[in-house]
Amino acid sequence: MKVGHAAWAFATPALLVIGVFFFVPVLAALIVSLTDFDLYALADIRNLRFVGLDNYWHLLHTPDFWRAVANTGYFVAVGVPLSLAASLASALLVNSRLTYFTAFFRTVFFAPVVTTLVAVAVVWRYLLHTRYGLLNYALAHIGIHPINWLGDPHWALPAIIVFAVWKNFGYNMVIFVAALQSIPADLYEAARLDGASLWQEFGRITLPMLRPTLLLVSILTVAGYFQLFAEPYVMTQGGPLQSTVSVLYFMYEEGFKWWNLGSASAVAFLLFLMILAVTALQLRLTRDAETS
Amino acid sequence: MSTTGARVLLHTLLLGAAAIALFPLLWMLSVSFMAGGEASAFPPPLLPGHGTLANYRQLFGQQNIGRYLTNSLWLAAMTTLLSLLFNSLAGYAFAKLRFRGREPILKVLLAALVIPSQVAMLPLFLMMKWLGLVNTYAAVVVPAMAGIFGVFLVRQYALTIPDELLEAARIDGASEARIFVSIVLPALRPILVTLGVFTFLGSWNDFMWPLIVLTDQDLYTLPIALAQLSREHVPDNELMMAGAVLTVLPVLVLFLSLQRYYIRGILMGSVKG
Repeated sequence: MKVGHAAWAFATPALLVIGVFFFVPVLAALIVSLTDFDLYALADIRNLRFVGLDNYWHLLHTPDFWRAVANTGYFVAVGVPLSLAASLASALLVNSRLTYFTAFFRTVFFAPVVTTLVAVAVVWRYLLHTRYGLLNYALAHIGIHPINWLGDPHWALPAIIVFAVWKNFGYNMVIFVAALQSIPADLYEAARLDGASLWQEFGRITLPMLRPTLLLVSILTVAGYFQLFAEPYVMTQGGPLQSTVSVLYFMYEEGFKWWNLGSASAVAFLLFLMILAVTALQLRLTRDAETS
Repeated sequence: MSTTGARVLLHTLLLGAAAIALFPLLWMLSVSFMAGGEASAFPPPLLPGHGTLANYRQLFGQQNIGRYLTNSLWLAAMTTLLSLLFNSLAGYAFAKLRFRGREPILKVLLAALVIPSQVAMLPLFLMMKWLGLVNTYAAVVVPAMAGIFGVFLVRQYALTIPDELLEAARIDGASEARIFVSIVLPALRPILVTLGVFTFLGSWNDFMWPLIVLTDQDLYTLPIALAQLSREHVPDNELMMAGAVLTVLPVLVLFLSLQRYYIRGILMGSVKG
């Protein structure tokens, strides 16, 4: 009985914070998304009207919103596979039994992960500069003309993807390395005795044994990549020609530039639904692959 | 392929990847010591002709960056301390103390991990406005005082504390508070360091929420100040790089010194039991 009281006393402060500053706002967001909350309502709450699903309906008929969805989809669809491939490749290299200085390489690959996104985005904006950027300078040596990376609607998002992969690959690498180390060594020994090539070892042992980790990591990474915001905010300000406006960037402008908080809340929920849908799809595909 | 050949190939690839990972950071450092305009040349210089601290002097002098550095430090430290306290109390209670509603609450918290934090952001802003906390440090610190991830991280680790240890203390007549302070906290030390590093880095690097809720320039954190600076001073590459160095260096040093703990946090967070 006494323990029960103490338990509540211990758990309550954290539960209060999480409840008041997370659960209540999430529910409130759902309600606000069904109203026309705007600058007038912000000034006087009596101007607030319940509008049902109007915000959602309007968004689905707003080309700029679809543009943001398409941009974010592109960023996720290209960025996540690239990011996972880079993580897995670097994990395999770091984890090889032939590698010297494993700890050194692991730390170096992880360093970009802990850096402040805004700061390194500023650095990359400079690296990608059309005239003085080192990337164009390097490309000039192999005969490629200068590309206006962040100023060309075709190149801005790919450039941001490369930056994001550079920034993030070390995170999943650490998880892959741990998973690789948990694969029993005798599996590889048996394969070697049977004369399997490195490539066969990878395809028949490593990849199947990594499957649960791959699923988990891809779900987490997809959720993370859907939340693209600071990169376009710092590097391109959504431009050129809206080509780097992400869903969150759209929500930010809708909410805090135009003060359409009702509509912005609807954007937030649609983003949440998109993440849920893609996660469900990933789980489904994995299960199908396992049963077949 | 011979073992030596494989080794050479392997290390060539590793060194190449390491160069890609480190180059932007090293170049940032190098350019930050260049004189104004020096980096806007073609081909871009790799090292400063005459190293200078002028950019750093200008940042601390005209741009008031000392203020933002202090703001960032203070916010990250406060958030870390308070969240360690709240999360360790709750994490321990969920792991080791029986109380009614424990299991259902845990299930709800676990399910809520899928909700992106940005969903809560707009009403949270309205709430802060209503409480009169917009443009105060409290608006940044208070919502971050406890988090589902933190509670679970501590709980996971606290499960390994032997029950006999706690029972023995209870039989000796120790109060629950006493047990927490003298038995539980010392046992949780490693995971608290992990959570502390996580929280500090998260708070230091956080961008979207402080951007929304701190609009008064005197309250800016380093990332916000740097983002605004970079929108105003686009051609000032050398100055920007110095600002980036000041923003990145503290967290990089913190990570390098507590790397082991940080990596354990990632592994525990990704292998939920």
